Amino acid sequence: MGQRPRPLFLARGTYRQRRLRDAARLLPLAGALLWMIPLLWPRGPDGQLVSVALLYIFGIWAGLIALAFVLSRGLRDDDDAPADEDD
Amino acid sequence: MLSFNLLIFVALSYVAILFIVAFAAERRAASGRDEWLRSPLIYTLSLSIYCTAWTFYGAVGYAARSGLEYLTIYIGPSLVMVGWWWVVRKLVRIGRAQRITSIADLISSRFGKSTMLGVIVTLIAVIGITPYIALQLQSISQSFEVFANRSDTPWQSGQLQAAALWSAAGLALFTILFGTRNLDANERHHGIVIAIAVEAVVKLCALVAVGVFVVWGIGDGWADTLARIDASPIARWEQSGGRWVGLIFLSAAAFLCLPRMFQVLVVENANEAHLATASWAFPLYLMVMSLFVVPIAVVGLDLLPAGSNPDLFVLTLPLSQGQDGLAVLSFLGGFSSATSMVIVATIALATMVSNHIVVPLWLWSRPMGATVSGDVRQMVLLARRLSIGGLLALGYVYFRLSGGSSALSAIGLIAFAGLAQILPAMLGGLFWRGATRTGAAAGLIAGFVVWLWTLFLPSFGLAEIFSPAMITDGPFGLGWLRPRALFGIEGLDPVLHTVLWSMALNTGLFVICSLLTFPTPLERLQGAQFVNVFEHSIEAGRWRQSAAAAEDLLVMAQRIMGPVEAQAVFQTHARAQGKAGYLPDVTPDFIDLLERELAGSVGAATAHAMVNQITEGANVSVEDLIAVADEAAQIMEYSNQLEAKSAEQDRTARQLREANEKLTQLSVQKDAFLSQISHELRTPMTSIRAFSEILRDGGMTGAEQQKYAGIIQDEAVRLTRLLDDLLDLSVLENGQVVLNRQTGSLRDLIDRAVGAAGLPATGIKVIRQRSDEAVVLHTDLDRLSQVFINLIANAQKYCVPPRPDVTAELRIQVKRIGPAMVVDFIDNGRGLRPEQQQVIFEKFSRLSDHGKAGGAGLGLAICREIMARLGGAVDYLPGQGGAAFRVTLPHLMAQDEALVAE
Repeated sequence: MGQRPRPLFLARGTYRQRRLRDAARLLPLAGALLWMIPLLWPRGPDGQLVSVALLYIFGIWAGLIALAFVLSRGLRDDDDAPADEDD
Repeated sequence: MLSFNLLIFVALSYVAILFIVAFAAERRAASGRDEWLRSPLIYTLSLSIYCTAWTFYGAVGYAARSGLEYLTIYIGPSLVMVGWWWVVRKLVRIGRAQRITSIADLISSRFGKSTMLGVIVTLIAVIGITPYIALQLQSISQSFEVFANRSDTPWQSGQLQAAALWSAAGLALFTILFGTRNLDANERHHGIVIAIAVEAVVKLCALVAVGVFVVWGIGDGWADTLARIDASPIARWEQSGGRWVGLIFLSAAAFLCLPRMFQVLVVENANEAHLATASWAFPLYLMVMSLFVVPIAVVGLDLLPAGSNPDLFVLTLPLSQGQDGLAVLSFLGGFSSATSMVIVATIALATMVSNHIVVPLWLWSRPMGATVSGDVRQMVLLARRLSIGGLLALGYVYFRLSGGSSALSAIGLIAFAGLAQILPAMLGGLFWRGATRTGAAAGLIAGFVVWLWTLFLPSFGLAEIFSPAMITDGPFGLGWLRPRALFGIEGLDPVLHTVLWSMALNTGLFVICSLLTFPTPLERLQGAQFVNVFEHSIEAGRWRQSAAAAEDLLVMAQRIMGPVEAQAVFQTHARAQGKAGYLPDVTPDFIDLLERELAGSVGAATAHAMVNQITEGANVSVEDLIAVADEAAQIMEYSNQLEAKSAEQDRTARQLREANEKLTQLSVQKDAFLSQISHELRTPMTSIRAFSEILRDGGMTGAEQQKYAGIIQDEAVRLTRLLDDLLDLSVLENGQVVLNRQTGSLRDLIDRAVGAAGLPATGIKVIRQRSDEAVVLHTDLDRLSQVFINLIANAQKYCVPPRPDVTAELRIQVKRIGPAMVVDFIDNGRGLRPEQQQVIFEKFSRLSDHGKAGGAGLGLAICREIMARLGGAVDYLPGQGGAAFRVTLPHLMAQDEALVAE
């Protein structure tokens, strides 16, 4: 029931917050994508070395944790207007 | 050599410490000093019950068998927590807003507080989790066995089972003691949360300690360990893509759907802000937990004799190196993993069983339900305690039946696949308002049946339940129903096969049935509250008209919540309504609040049913919904009215501004006029006075006298004309004029006016279209000609051609517009500026320099008054190139000559 039109443009602070939320939503997708990349590697006796695979997978893990840490500092939960799901 | 009795002593001491810690936490919480008990760190640590004995022991075995595939079990939950903004945040918000007690309660509450769905989810959970509990018991007894076998008297199988039995009994005691202290499942179990937080730290430390020993004790740092990995049997990447993706999905789904995870993630959540910390801290915990798994597996495969159980490498590796202390720590880690999982899982399951199966049965068995005698509170608590005992007993029975043989990880994945069946209904309920109860039930049942048939039942061992013929040919020879090759698709990995088919059928039926069925009003209401939980939530059930006595409700609430709590709730609400005492008015708001309070104890479906028994307002009628819709419509209408009013005010303000502008200009004009009129009067008066003085003094010739008397007379005539004009205007304005109606031709009238205007030969050139002027007039012709004369004289006076070489022209056009006749006077001068157009018809207005104007600026004002009296109008016509005036003659005044002639 959109009888009250939502503002089309936002102040700088709110705008930053929205983009942070976008980033928080995209982060798991990016992580999933990166963790699917090992499926492209060669398998079998001449396949990729497990030590390399370990380093790759844990590297992504550490990166995701660091990014999640940064995002969790900035994300606020206050202005949950109906506009939350879009801009 | 470590004595077995010492190990028993250590284990018992550890349990005792846990008891003490739990007691201390409960006492602190009771005395209100529980800030640190509610910290985000404790919350994150409590999430670690995701890592069970399956993880602690099984991950190493998993890695030894299948390489890096064990990582999928951790990657899924990491992704879910990193993406907390998508699902977990909403789940927690809903859990707190609706006072959800378990995942069965979530599904039941979302789909119209349905008892049936609660039962289905509870059954899936119990059947799926029982083997998982058995698995924990097995791991405890196996780890005991490892130590026992190293002592002088190796264990017999009976002792193994006894260890499992004693473990189960001890766990039941702990869980009952700390898990059922209070009935309200929404209240945090501080003792248990602290205990599992301690256990989380112990198991992390234990695994890291073993890992550090393996990497830096046995091996020679990371580089050496990586070299060992590359030299081991699992050196090469051989991961199947399907299993990699499928298991990540499965573990992510299980993380959300496992009852124990739901318990710590949603029900025990003290503060939503803790999620932000857990979003990175929990993945970190998982990463550290899985960091040393591959090194331990590789070194175990290398050093331990062939054929030793890789599931126990974490224990046997330190033992084989003579590190008894490390082995005991590792044992405690495994013990912690198993016990914390069992404790939380049984609490969660017992809540579900008592709220969704026992209490509804009990209510159903008594026609009068909660209103008759019987302490519901004690009954529910008893049901919960019995459920805890029963579930652990069931786990023990399963452990005995399965013989404790299967590889640990297989059981874990089977449980995951079973619980993942709840995912479509849960996510659908969270994000799709169109999801209905029928759809959820159909999807859940279909997925559950496929899971039972293709994965769970075959896992018991093929020979006992399935004959080999049934596996190869399908039941009754129906080949498309073969458990390992549903619909004839063979060659898939069994887990993947089940996940694929069960999720496809589950989701498909859920969506199709939801699309085809129509939800009940309560379902739609709950759906809106769940899906739009972040918007200002609409209060549920506000339309329920109720005749229930507050006293009946209080009696029932006391039985469920306990007298003190119930009275507090009633008193608070009564005070909020401005009443003294314990009995508030039974408003819809109050019923709604009470229902949520009760839901915290017995689940939404039961609370709803109990309150409805008393209020007898079970159904939301269409009329009620319409009433609500009306209310919303009224609000919208009101807001529209406000908008319209504000627009009107804008308009009025604009008009006022314009009027004010005009008034200001007029005031200036008036001042100018006053000075002008005094000048106009003064000039003739001065000459009259001067010449009359000269005449009085005498001494002049007759010709001179004649001349001076002439001047005096001329000036007097000028004065008279000015005064006549003023008088004329005053008469017209006061409506005292008498009209002398005649009939005549417009053409003659214009001829007369042009003649009377006395245009000089060199003056303005009048252009007429005489054929258009064949119009008969019935009006005061003298007055009308006065208007025409004035307009023509004005043009003569003021029209300045744009270029000197162009002669000034005045076009007089006669046109019919609608029923009226118009006569336009258009010159080719510069025209008037907009601000001049506004005031030109006002009295005393004169636009150009005073000297040129012959009059006092009353001409057009008089014209307007005359036309108003005659019933017509004279207006300025903008946009014609020069100044243009339109005289409008209404139908009664002017008619075509041709028509009149008929």
